[in-house]
Amino acid sequence: MSKKEIKRSFLLRLIPGLGTLAKRGPSGWMVIIGIVIVVVLVVMTAIAPWIAPHDPIKSNVGPTNSPPSPQFPMGTTALGQDMLSRILYGGSTMLQVSALSVFICFLLGVPIGLFSSYVGGNLDKAVSLVIDAVYAFPGLVIAIAIAAVLGPGVINMALSIAVVYIPSYFRIIRSQVLSIKQLTYVEAARSIGAKWHTILLRYVFPNVIPSIVTVATVNFADAVLTAAGLTFIGLGLPVNIPDWGYDLTKGRELLSSGGWWVITFPGIMIILLALGFTFIGEGLSELLNPKLQR
Amino acid sequence: MTRIVLTIPTLLLLLTAVFLIMRVLPGDPVALHFEKKATPEAMDALRHILGLDKPIWQQYVDYIGGLVDIGYLKDHGYPNLGKSMQTTTEEVGGQIFSAFPATLELAIYSIIIASVIGILLGVAASKSYNSFLDHLIRGFGIVTYAIPVFFLGIIFQLIFGVYLHWLPTGLRISPAVDPPATVTGLYTIDSLIEGNLFKFAESVKALLLPSLTLGIILSGVFVRLTRTNMLETLRLEFVTAARARGLKESTVTFGYALRNAFLPILTMMGLQFAILLGGAVLTETTFSWPGLGRYIVTRINFRDYTAIQGAVVMFGLFVVLVSLVVDLLYAYFDPRIRL
Amino acid sequence: MTLLEVDSLTVEYITRRGKVRAVDEVSFSLEKGETLGVAGESGSGKSTLGLSIIRLVPPTGVIVKGQIKIDEADIVKLPENKMRTIRGRKVAYIFQDPMTSLNPVKKIGTHFTELIKTHEPNIKKEEAIERTKNVLNSLGILPERINDYPHQFSGGMRQRIMIGLGITLNPDLVIADEPTTALDVIVQAKILDLLGSLRKVYGMALILISHDLSIILERCDKIIVMYGGNMVEYANSTELYENPLHPYTKGLLKSIPNIELSDQKLSAIPGSPPNMLNTPEGCRFNPRCEYAQGKCQFKTPSMVNVGGNHFVRCFSAEEGAVVE
Repeated sequence: MSKKEIKRSFLLRLIPGLGTLAKRGPSGWMVIIGIVIVVVLVVMTAIAPWIAPHDPIKSNVGPTNSPPSPQFPMGTTALGQDMLSRILYGGSTMLQVSALSVFICFLLGVPIGLFSSYVGGNLDKAVSLVIDAVYAFPGLVIAIAIAAVLGPGVINMALSIAVVYIPSYFRIIRSQVLSIKQLTYVEAARSIGAKWHTILLRYVFPNVIPSIVTVATVNFADAVLTAAGLTFIGLGLPVNIPDWGYDLTKGRELLSSGGWWVITFPGIMIILLALGFTFIGEGLSELLNPKLQR
Repeated sequence: MTRIVLTIPTLLLLLTAVFLIMRVLPGDPVALHFEKKATPEAMDALRHILGLDKPIWQQYVDYIGGLVDIGYLKDHGYPNLGKSMQTTTEEVGGQIFSAFPATLELAIYSIIIASVIGILLGVAASKSYNSFLDHLIRGFGIVTYAIPVFFLGIIFQLIFGVYLHWLPTGLRISPAVDPPATVTGLYTIDSLIEGNLFKFAESVKALLLPSLTLGIILSGVFVRLTRTNMLETLRLEFVTAARARGLKESTVTFGYALRNAFLPILTMMGLQFAILLGGAVLTETTFSWPGLGRYIVTRINFRDYTAIQGAVVMFGLFVVLVSLVVDLLYAYFDPRIRL
Repeated sequence: MTLLEVDSLTVEYITRRGKVRAVDEVSFSLEKGETLGVAGESGSGKSTLGLSIIRLVPPTGVIVKGQIKIDEADIVKLPENKMRTIRGRKVAYIFQDPMTSLNPVKKIGTHFTELIKTHEPNIKKEEAIERTKNVLNSLGILPERINDYPHQFSGGMRQRIMIGLGITLNPDLVIADEPTTALDVIVQAKILDLLGSLRKVYGMALILISHDLSIILERCDKIIVMYGGNMVEYANSTELYENPLHPYTKGLLKSIPNIELSDQKLSAIPGSPPNMLNTPEGCRFNPRCEYAQGKCQFKTPSMVNVGGNHFVRCFSAEEGAVVE
């Protein structure tokens, strides 16, 4: 198929897909709104280099600490940087960190969860004990500890966040696998001699996917907020990269002299991004939860 | 019973994990502490004081040993968590134990606020399913979680600080007042014990903004959970049967539905505690609240690794204790488990 | 005065896929102390009928039409706070599944004292407890168990407790919705006997809802047979037994196994209940009816008095064509 045909078939399936979502009532709409928000923010960040009026790092493109004006619609920072440009670029770190952490979680949490719960027995008990210990621990504190030792940087932040969230994946997968394991068709598969990895991959895993997706979206939202939190504490990134979390922190200083713009815009953006993911997650979990359907 | 016994291995696991994190992760704490700006002799000296030049297993033994050192506990009133890298004369244990009650007090009030708001709103939403109020409350529940807690805190400071001049003082009580005599370490309780209402009011004033901030952010989860559980429970037959007996709707909602829906909410309270502590770190930093959270943040800036380690251990202990309490409460609330 | 008079009651459920008319133009009356049996299969609307009398139809259900008169006063439009004084006190409802009708976290004694206090707020705590113990006694439950929790009782005992809760305030009418379905046969008989003896003592009227026609025939003065939301036959029980007119009733009677016959085949009514979302035109029983005529497919029969307060909804029956 040519590129055009591939695109067309994707869209053709996407739109009815969205259509079914919409038909499912308010939860479906939540998912759609969430997806829209996230997509818009991602696209905005991606095309920032083309649409940003100024270089976000360059100082003194305008007067320092000036409120929003026609020239600088979101005002300027203490270093005279353009807030609008910083907002357009600022999502990239956060998106990178959260995407990376979700990816790591996925890579580690899903196989461990699948394997441990499927195999069961003492291995499962041991792994569960360890995981529960981590799960019970305040996430941010672990992230702080790890980030403090590893130092600043996108990968390090992602790593510390990932460690905190692996237990969530593990638990969800485990509860699902435990119930699926009992189902007759899994037994049937075993009785015809299917190998354990086939069963896991073909029978168990597809059923677990909906819950994983829900956890992943919440994971994204939490990762965004944790990244912001880490930056607020000072464990974030080198000063040069424009980052919503960084501006949020810096904006605090301006607040006492009455300057609201440096802190408000990044704050709103972070909330929007987290909200977008949360909407998707909430909507999905409601769609997938049969108990709530009347 | 088994639950209590299980906490010991969990604790041990925790302590070991913290130990490993601090030692196995790349980077030499001492070098990082000095930010590479010191002489090798100075670094070695520090290493010696901290016992970092000993073999790892020895360090581990010292570490665990220090924690269970009852003699030390008796002498100092707190366990041996090592010395602060910053000053090397101060005991980390002491610093942590003086900071801890502040966090405890903040945590307690925040969770009270969060659950009260959460449960009331959740019940209201479940009773008016699919109405505008329901959607509004659900929206509230979702949005509050998406707000970074320090952002809300800063906004509160802006509003209340500007209009009421309630800016954070870094103290748990107004600077003009002496703190109450220590009984529990919680200023609000202690001032009541002392019978001093003025001190009580002042400590409440100091607590108000930080616990409100943290409480509101946390309430979102409770709102959603209560709503979901109530929706399920309200459909159960004993609820209809209660109505069929002509019982008042308030009795049915609270005595029948909520009391049965409550258990998962209680469990959630326990789980949320961990998140609460995380949020506490940020809240304390925002409001300069002198608790464990602010402690750990300032220690990070000083690259004081023993202190960080000690604080992390403290957090872990705290969480384990709370889960224990939650489990016990669970048994109390569900008569079926009691038997 | 007539205790209960139901007139053209129609109840609809509004679902995502459309409207379901669970109860369609049902009319009957009940005097003090009488027993009425409501027979029908699952989905016939009998439970909805029972719940409508105390106006506890689930929120998706609406009483679209009709009157329900208790002591000559129509309660369909009664405000909720007045309705609450009727529930539990004038009219009691006993639910089907005793395992789920009691509050798991409340002692059974509390169930009773709470009930008493709600309707008689000025009563003293000791008196309420006294009365509770008396009721427990009459149920055959040791009064000391007043502080036990529901899960400490068996199914049969829990159903007794439910019945006890029903009669504590000496209501005029008790509606029992499949009170024995969730229990085994021996306990069934005990429960029904209990209901009977309590009736003798308290003199309340009883509406017994069940899919088991044999129980209803045994214990009720009058019987309504429901099918697909419609009343299809309404008569005294002896009359119904000796002279069943509606083909559905005949089918039900025939399918009751007879313990005295040594050699019998179980007979059943062919076909399945109607799809309530898309009710067919004409008589609802038509697709399964062996007496069906051409017009049954297009015209809907109405309830007709064929003599001696025996009502049937069937063209063939009206014409006397339904005979052995």
